[in-house]
Amino acid sequence: MQQNLFEKFHEWYENRHEYAREWKEKTRGKVLGYFCTYAPEELIYAAGVLPVRILGSHEAQSVTEPHIFAMFCPLCRDCLAQGLQGRYDYLDGIMIAQCCLHMRQAFTSWRKHVPLDYSYYLYMPHGVQTPRAYPYLRGELADFKKSLEEWTGKKITDQDLDHAIEVYNENRHLMKRVYEFRKERNPKLMGLEAMEMVVSSQMIDKEEHNQALKELLKELPERNVKREAGTRLMILGSEDDDTEFLRMVESTGATFVIEDHCTGSRYFWNEVVPQKDRLSAIAARYIDRSPCPSKDWPERTRLPHILKLAKDYNVEGALLIQQKFCDPHELDIPAIRSHLEKNGIPTYFLEFDVTVPVGQFKTRVEAFLETFQLPTDLF
Amino acid sequence: MAEKRYKTKPLDCWNEAKQLRQNYYENFVKAHEIGGVRWAGGAWSFSAVPAGLGDDIYSLTGEPYGATVAYNKDFAEECHEAIEAKGYARDLCAYMRNYWGSIVLNKYVWGGEWPKPDFLWTTHICCSHAKWYQVAGELEGGIPYFCVDVSVGPYNEVNERRLNYIVSQMIDGIEWMEKVTGRKYDDEKLIQAVYNECRATSLWAEICTLNKAVPAPLDEKTMYSLYVMGTLMKHRKECADFYEKLRDEVKERVANQIAAVGNERFRVMTDTQPPWAFLELWRYLQEYGVVSIGSLYTFGLIGIFEVKEDGTWGPRTTPQEQGIEIETREQALRVLAEWTLSRPEWQHFYSPELKSDMMKRIVKEWHVDGVMLHYNRGCEGLSMGIAENKLALKEAGIPVMHFEGNMGDEREFDLERTRAEIDAFLEILGAR
Repeated sequence: MQQNLFEKFHEWYENRHEYAREWKEKTRGKVLGYFCTYAPEELIYAAGVLPVRILGSHEAQSVTEPHIFAMFCPLCRDCLAQGLQGRYDYLDGIMIAQCCLHMRQAFTSWRKHVPLDYSYYLYMPHGVQTPRAYPYLRGELADFKKSLEEWTGKKITDQDLDHAIEVYNENRHLMKRVYEFRKERNPKLMGLEAMEMVVSSQMIDKEEHNQALKELLKELPERNVKREAGTRLMILGSEDDDTEFLRMVESTGATFVIEDHCTGSRYFWNEVVPQKDRLSAIAARYIDRSPCPSKDWPERTRLPHILKLAKDYNVEGALLIQQKFCDPHELDIPAIRSHLEKNGIPTYFLEFDVTVPVGQFKTRVEAFLETFQLPTDLF
Repeated sequence: MAEKRYKTKPLDCWNEAKQLRQNYYENFVKAHEIGGVRWAGGAWSFSAVPAGLGDDIYSLTGEPYGATVAYNKDFAEECHEAIEAKGYARDLCAYMRNYWGSIVLNKYVWGGEWPKPDFLWTTHICCSHAKWYQVAGELEGGIPYFCVDVSVGPYNEVNERRLNYIVSQMIDGIEWMEKVTGRKYDDEKLIQAVYNECRATSLWAEICTLNKAVPAPLDEKTMYSLYVMGTLMKHRKECADFYEKLRDEVKERVANQIAAVGNERFRVMTDTQPPWAFLELWRYLQEYGVVSIGSLYTFGLIGIFEVKEDGTWGPRTTPQEQGIEIETREQALRVLAEWTLSRPEWQHFYSPELKSDMMKRIVKEWHVDGVMLHYNRGCEGLSMGIAENKLALKEAGIPVMHFEGNMGDEREFDLERTRAEIDAFLEILGAR
């Protein structure tokens, strides 16, 4: 039992499409694919719809070549490929909460070429540091709510919203509790396990996910960790569900103890703080969340947040990764590297593509990890 | 060389255009000598807003600056290498890297040291803009910075809430400007600047509309040197006045069948910024009687259009032409925001279909025989959706080619290969 604590999350991650199809069969409900974690899932969930994050499959492909110029990031092309190849043929609709140009392009091409009942572009503000964003987003959420109601034929009540907020907040809270165990000298979970836990939460009915998290939390404190943590690493940067890479790095003896990815902590770090006006509360949550670099201006709020994570989780070194051509992260990485290094945390940079050259990366990561070894005497 | 069929002559106002541009860059440098204020930001920024601080406010817009650097290949390379040494990726916006590189090198492309702005004022239109000036401020050692988020969707979905979001940020921006400059804001100057901007951008659209004529009175290479005024100072009276003079001259050229390209036999349009260091390609086209009449980029980055009663595109009617009197700060900002969101070269950020429809319109109304798309590695913003545009044009039966390059980084442009691709396209068109 103890060895398989995270097996459920792994299965969900690997079999995301089967899960969604079964969910549809079981509930007769609709499934809505979303392209970025700024999607206000609470609203979708309150409408009785299953929100599912659209991600790639990390396989080489050429179907997107006629649709997206090759200088756009591998993730957006990989995501669009899934749609063009029919991998998400169970989706009833898609939506995007405005994010980077790359994902927006995947969304608009999907909308044009994959027949669907429903699509929605939510004009999520980029200016999340201006107080003007709160009432603006609240209004945009009201439009989205109305659109969902028309699509599903179901009125979204305050009770529905309260329930969705409660379920989502619980999920965030539970995952944060799990993350506490990553702070331990010998973390109770590996980075790969954490990744599969978080990413699966973006694809699974949150109530079911919460159940699994509660089960996990019963067992996790007693988990017998049979390995040393090795070098405590942080990983941060673009979207990352490259499990193969994490597995490889952790096989060298290091452990990822924290990350700043939209497939990791950035997705769930902030909760909805209840307000009488539910839409205002949801709007505030998405405006105040740990930002994507495309929204982190004029101040660089990511720097203190990332450094705090590094300190809280006792990080020794940081791997900064970036999806090739991901401009928002390319624009932050020099500042983050400099900030971490000034604060005594060595960094190493890697550029990811749809598939990663594991052998080459292993050599490079091992060289980085060697710098943490104490020098040995020659004699 | 194709046979000459039409009269040609250089533009009478050409030297005035050159002078205007030169004054712009010199005035920015000299601003402090006369006690003036310097600000920098994107060409898309609401440049009419800082105008309320006084008549001695001078701007430096980043994209045309980056393009000027690009035209100077050696300096561009120096800039790229300087900023890459700071850890910034070489696939980022080429204009931005040219601009940042100038700061790092402390060199102004027109000579002398880099003229540090007093504040930064811009809008966030693509993934780069807000970050461009965030980093620029850091490289400068810290400069007050304000950025307006305009990401409220395409013009056909504008509503009061979306306008309010932009207007309220600009109101905050004005208070911020007063604080950082210590100056009292003058709403009358803002109102005048808004009128100027509407007049200038509508006039540029009118000039582009005149290019529907056969032979085309202007070719795109010439238009690059003219539309730039709008990217530098669309809110200034001298810009609107210049465009008025240019409009009159272009009208006269149309009336007298004075062509930009005397041997015009075929008409093409392009897309996105050109590879600035290789504009000779536009002259190469002309050897075969091919004139590039412009592009959505050349027309619609500055020009504001509307659909006229007969269903064709023409210059948008300005508020002053409609008899609208702007009386308050908020009204001025609202007019400005609404006007700006109608810019053609904005809609594609939301839907490639909107852009494809505008391109098809240009093909039809400007009598275009073929389209040459620049897959521009230097600007992901204007390259967004370009592959879908290509598909849509092909589907409409329009001959289309693409060439890959970079508007501002010559290391990513292969002149000979591009020329070979163009040769093949000219053969398809029957021009070669």
